[in-house]
Amino acid sequence: MKKLLLATVATAALGAGAASAEDVKIGLSLGYTGPLESMAPAMTQGAELAIKEVNDSGKFMGGSNVTSVQVDNTCTDAAASVAAVERLVTSEKVNGIMGGMCSGETIASLERVAVPNGMVMISPSATSPALTDIDDQGYFFRTSPSDARQGEVMSDIMNERGVKTAAVTYTNNDYGKGLAEAFKRFYEEAGGTVTIMAAHDDGKADYSAEVAALAAAGGDALVVAGYVDQGGSGIVRGALDTGAFDTFVFPDGMMSEALVDRFGTELASSFGQNPSAEGPTRDKFIEMTTAAGFDGNSAFAGESYDAAALLLLAMEAAKSTDPKVYKDQVLNVANAPGEKIGPGELGKALELLAAGTDIDFVGATSVELVGPGESAGVYREVDFPEGKINVVKLH
Amino acid sequence: MDIANALVAILNFVVIPAAAYGSQLALGALGVTLIYGILRFSNFAHGDTMAIGTAIVILLTWGLQALGVSLGPLPIALLALPIGIAITAGLVLLTDRLVYRHYRRVRADPIVLVMASTGVMFLMNGLTRLLIGVDEIRFDDGARFLISVQQFKAWTGLTEGLALRLSQFITLVVAGLSCWALFRFLNRTRSGKAMRAYSDNEDLALLSGIDPERVVRLTWIIATALAVMAGTLYGLDKSFKAFNYFQILLPIFAAAIVGGLGSPTGAVAGGFVIAFSEVAVTYPWKKIAGYLVPGWQPEGLLQLLSTEYKFAVSFVILIVVLLFRPTGLFRGKSF
Repeated sequence: MKKLLLATVATAALGAGAASAEDVKIGLSLGYTGPLESMAPAMTQGAELAIKEVNDSGKFMGGSNVTSVQVDNTCTDAAASVAAVERLVTSEKVNGIMGGMCSGETIASLERVAVPNGMVMISPSATSPALTDIDDQGYFFRTSPSDARQGEVMSDIMNERGVKTAAVTYTNNDYGKGLAEAFKRFYEEAGGTVTIMAAHDDGKADYSAEVAALAAAGGDALVVAGYVDQGGSGIVRGALDTGAFDTFVFPDGMMSEALVDRFGTELASSFGQNPSAEGPTRDKFIEMTTAAGFDGNSAFAGESYDAAALLLLAMEAAKSTDPKVYKDQVLNVANAPGEKIGPGELGKALELLAAGTDIDFVGATSVELVGPGESAGVYREVDFPEGKINVVKLH
Repeated sequence: MDIANALVAILNFVVIPAAAYGSQLALGALGVTLIYGILRFSNFAHGDTMAIGTAIVILLTWGLQALGVSLGPLPIALLALPIGIAITAGLVLLTDRLVYRHYRRVRADPIVLVMASTGVMFLMNGLTRLLIGVDEIRFDDGARFLISVQQFKAWTGLTEGLALRLSQFITLVVAGLSCWALFRFLNRTRSGKAMRAYSDNEDLALLSGIDPERVVRLTWIIATALAVMAGTLYGLDKSFKAFNYFQILLPIFAAAIVGGLGSPTGAVAGGFVIAFSEVAVTYPWKKIAGYLVPGWQPEGLLQLLSTEYKFAVSFVILIVVLLFRPTGLFRGKSF
């Protein structure tokens, strides 16, 4: 036992001695508790998958090891998120952050911690249009598209399907409000009528009041810009039970297996869209996640893998783990020109970068960063005949 | 016909949902108010007692389902409920023994007990998540609707539909029965009278030979039974999610305070006041106006307040009550 202890101490000391040059820390700032707590585990596993792949290749920064530190940003409490990210930056001394998760807390932690401290944040899931125009000084990227784009796609799909009037309910935060307002703008430009814009608060005990208001306003369909684990489902349940609406339109926050598990055949006339890539790289990612023992189709798992991979690839490209230096490389590794890199090819990417060859990271979600560093976004249109998710086409 | 349509619309969207929600709040508020009246502190762990109790009921429900037990159209959770209450009561009595008893003995200030209950709340919060996880769980089996919208429309030929879910009906019945039983217990039985005596004047009660520990135990058991019932009915009606039970604490306390902390009648009234004010004040009257005034389709929604403000409504009521009648509608204890 004593020997074992000694050995442990010795190894630890060795490790600590080498740490300054070798250890790279990635912070994962996700809402492990709060309204999206059911998505966080798969997102973490997505990011960990990328980190493990990089570590297994042994080619990162000449053999450096990457570790991750998880902090709970609660998704709703901006103060808690700022404190969590502050801890990542000042006491954990991470080299980059994969996060935040929800738009509001991401804005807060970015403005108050990441930008002043010069820390790169790549969010897999913060989709508020407000993040497009934020003064991030080049420190913020996201592997998911802005909701302004989603609002446009949703409006197009509804027009194609002949839905001319719609009631809108949105979760009362930056994500819901941003998406709902973007949608309203595009939909009304295209000649549609929004009968009511009613906010709902998440995690509340009862949604009868919202359902009553939406039902009284009426419309061909109800757009639910909320979360499936939260008020969104509560409202759909209420609207179905009271016969207020039969047709629902679901954006990405609602689109998950949980939705189908919960409502099944009751969604026969409903439809929706969420950002998603298709094709061989996506299939490869799903295969990898299945082998790793989790569901790659879980919302934002692929985006998380991509966000973590982008951080590490940018470091390799810049030959530096200093956020102030490698932030300029993120767009270079994410976009063309260069050799295409799918999921499972991070080792190859590191090799190419070490040799000075340019790469174009495709990843699990066909990453293409536009504008100030956000995903251009491919959306899949989905409907639910027979109570199962059926992909109609890509937009 | 139009008047019937208007009536049905109000029943369907306002009266039925608010009544079901109100009964759930009333059961929760009854537990809070009992603890407040007898143990003299605001028990913040009440919401999470509901959560862990419901989690236990769900686990038992799954067990019974696996055994192939069925209650026909009724949810099996009703069968699991008494056992769930017993287990949760054991757990709560354990927290009393380990935490609250000490503070009672040293005659700590109520605020110390409130803080202790906050600690218990976080503990229960974590325990619930360990026990059953963070995901949303639906555990209602059996029939879903007593009256469904389609059936109702076919029967009556009205354009407005009416839905009454079985879970809403059960909620109303169980809440009514347990209120009746509780009031009977408090007013008619020896133990109930002992509890009220203890609540009115602790020292005098001790002099009359009432065993304080027995009163405390009884209070915990009754409050837990009410909490687990409220939690299970709420879970049956909506769904179970650990996070929501933490959030429901606020309207429950609002209900208990509006009614008057320490007053059981007040708790029931407060529950319904809060529930109806949340739903009714934000209801847009456009459709109803269209039915009642023929030939008039208003442009606007005729909505007094938009739904974001529904919580503000219950808290405005709370503030008004505290300003003008600090003891609550039914003269609870004033502080």
